[in-house]
Amino acid sequence: MSALQTVKFYQTGTFTVGNRLLAQEDRSVQANMQRTNSLNSGHRACQGCGEALGARYAIDAAMNATNRQLIAANATGCLEVFSTPYPETSWQIPWIHSLFGNTAAVATGIAAAIKVKKQKGQGQDVRVVAQGGDGGTTDIGFGCLSGMFERNDDVLYICYDNGGYMNTGVQRSSATPSAARTATTMPLGPEPGNPFGQGKFVPAIAMAHEIPYVATATVADLRDLENKVTKAMSLRGARYIHILVPCPLGWGTASQDTIKMARLAKETGIFPVFEAEFGEVKSALAIRRPLPVEDYLRPQKRFAHLFGKNPAVATIARIQAQADKNIRRYGLLSKEAA
Amino acid sequence: MQKPFAITLNPGSSLANHTGSWRTARPVYLDRLPPCNNQCPAGEDIQGWLFHAESGSYEAAWRHLTRDNPFAAIMGRVCYHTCESACNRGKIDEAVGINSVERFLGDEAIKRGWKFAAPAQESGKKVLIVGAGPSGMSAAYHLRKLGHAVTVMDAGPFMGGMMRFGIPKYRLPREVLDAEMQRIVDLGVTVKLNSKVDNILEQMKSASLGGPFDAAFLAVGAHIGKRAMIPSGDAAKIVDAISVLRSMEGEDKPMLGRRVVVYGGGNTAIDVARSVKRMGAEPIIVYRRTRDKAPAHDFEIEEALQEGVMVKWLSTIKQAGDHQITIEKMALDDKGFPQPTGEFETLEADSVVLALGQDVDLGLLNGVPGLEVTKDGVVKVGADLMTGHPGIFAGGDMVPAERNVTVAVGHGKKAAKHIDAWLSRTTYAPPPKHEVAQFEKLNPWYYADAPKTVRPMLDIIRRQSTFEEVQGGLDEGNALFEARRCLSCGNCFECDNCYGVCPDNAVIKLGPGKRFQFNYDYCKGCGMCVAECPCGAIKMEAEEI
Repeated sequence: MSALQTVKFYQTGTFTVGNRLLAQEDRSVQANMQRTNSLNSGHRACQGCGEALGARYAIDAAMNATNRQLIAANATGCLEVFSTPYPETSWQIPWIHSLFGNTAAVATGIAAAIKVKKQKGQGQDVRVVAQGGDGGTTDIGFGCLSGMFERNDDVLYICYDNGGYMNTGVQRSSATPSAARTATTMPLGPEPGNPFGQGKFVPAIAMAHEIPYVATATVADLRDLENKVTKAMSLRGARYIHILVPCPLGWGTASQDTIKMARLAKETGIFPVFEAEFGEVKSALAIRRPLPVEDYLRPQKRFAHLFGKNPAVATIARIQAQADKNIRRYGLLSKEAA
Repeated sequence: MQKPFAITLNPGSSLANHTGSWRTARPVYLDRLPPCNNQCPAGEDIQGWLFHAESGSYEAAWRHLTRDNPFAAIMGRVCYHTCESACNRGKIDEAVGINSVERFLGDEAIKRGWKFAAPAQESGKKVLIVGAGPSGMSAAYHLRKLGHAVTVMDAGPFMGGMMRFGIPKYRLPREVLDAEMQRIVDLGVTVKLNSKVDNILEQMKSASLGGPFDAAFLAVGAHIGKRAMIPSGDAAKIVDAISVLRSMEGEDKPMLGRRVVVYGGGNTAIDVARSVKRMGAEPIIVYRRTRDKAPAHDFEIEEALQEGVMVKWLSTIKQAGDHQITIEKMALDDKGFPQPTGEFETLEADSVVLALGQDVDLGLLNGVPGLEVTKDGVVKVGADLMTGHPGIFAGGDMVPAERNVTVAVGHGKKAAKHIDAWLSRTTYAPPPKHEVAQFEKLNPWYYADAPKTVRPMLDIIRRQSTFEEVQGGLDEGNALFEARRCLSCGNCFECDNCYGVCPDNAVIKLGPGKRFQFNYDYCKGCGMCVAECPCGAIKMEAEEI
């Protein structure tokens, strides 16, 4: 991030997508009139879909970083369903749909094939990306993913985390946040919603594999997201990027608030944005305007049961404690985080 | 075509799927009126010229600015910049230093010798302007740009009017004033100084000074100091503020003595007090109400106090005698009006300067049919600034309005447009105003933190003893920083946010300077572009279904 901070553009800093006063080489991929538009118009994602946005941001950046020599493997999930209803496709890149659970293995296979072809002197260096939602990554595809990590296969795996199985009707996944209501969590009772103490944070598990690169990002920080994808594509071996993509349908938020929700997740500390190399955290995106988690929870209908006439003060405090833990663990309020 | 097993259709693109049909509301680009522009009495497109300044295109910025106001360097010093009070950035950190950037552009123009472009063609019409002050010279500039032959007559020995005889040097150095006046003369405006107009109708008909004229614009200002009845002895020296300020311009400086009482609470009172302070005297302002009720701008009162000017608030002068005056303490009643208390105090005073406001010398209008004067002694004008007599327009301090340089300059521009229309026997209708870009329409997240750059102030000792300019200017780096703090409220500045944040790739980027366009075939109407537009240049409109 330090390179960006030297740009003295006081009107909007580097928060906006583009900036007419920046030198061409400092501009974002998304600002480019010739961006790939890897995920093209006409896809059937809901209005204001965070995943459609995150996927275009990430894959356009990967295409840019690899001189458009890229193949993507895609797990079953929203992204696959809305982008490729037979016989149409929204993808403007070589793209393969695998099963729900084996995307990491399919990507490994493609990478191996490219390696063999190169050894035989055929074809050029083509890079591989695997992508899926949180269901296909943290639940169903987790075994294949862990295998890809431990073998250090030359694949960038991107997880678009919207916190549930959204296209099948908002079922719980192991990435669903505590207390969030889904179709398969307790609708009533003393503690409705997803129980505390369950689920997992896959970026931390990926770090435990000591792979070359692990990062998190959100659709609210485009420049950060593009930098991380670009950096990941400059490295070899297993790499993992976990992108928070708000889901208006599953979260119960207004379609225009998708980026705002991602921003609130980062600013409250609920979702830590950081990068790690070989198992060690190297940097974190600092919180710019600290906010209580309530600001993040209140606009979401999946947390509506925490508010109303008898607010669940204790539950909100437990969620705040989770955010505080992230802030401590990743140094999200420190001056050094940038 | 031979297809693989179980495949019956050819592959196709999702572009066949026009998701625009899902939409119930559509985003639409619009320009909203920035609050600064809305506020500016001279009608400047502030956001527009700052846009050029942001990229360092200072000449383009100055040319854009001078479309509305030819006096950038003067404005950058004496304008009370109410635009900055309206600035939305003030709700984030501090208002953009519009005035200081304006001054920088004005000073650049003088330094680099930028000139106005001559009119494209001559109209053949002649306009007489009476008064070479801010309003008259502004009108002269605009009328000349429209191709009319303009003659300005002024009773005084120099151009500038109240900018010269009412504003002290420490606020407006004379070389700056002269440079911006001369630039208008260079545009082909004829200026006759020391030429008092005694009868406007005769002067318009007369061929002696370039006439006959097709129309006239009167901007003689308000020069006659108001008097107050103060019981005084023969030896008391009582003078009016305007003559004091005027005499500062000449060789013979006014003889006011050591202790000078200035009576009044307006900007003129402050100007006199600060001027006599610089001449080595000890000024005391006497004002009947409190500081927050004083019509003078608070920053001027503050600067005067810093320089050692004394003020007696809530006081009236009861009597003026030889080397001393009697003042009575006042108290504010429930309605905020000062009422006498019966408590008296004696002050040492070698002279009393009355700064109680000014009246207009309407002598030149005697016998003009149709012309009306209000009970305040100013000339009645219509919305088009035309007086009751067709073809004679008036503006500045001599018509009912707030009296300051910027308002006067604005009148000059407005009158010029109406005079131009009147000369071709049409009427001028200003284009409808866009809705104001309120702070609530912006997304301030996108603006980086950048507090205002403060202009350097002259040392206090030098301020007390010399007429050097108190406020310095910005250098180029500062001016650029300051310009870039502009939020561009309500006007697209091509930040690419809408183009970037659309999940449906339904925003078409048209290239630098051409802005964007929606592709309604695919726009699902999620509204993200509206929510994430930093400057509020997009709105949602319901679809007709």
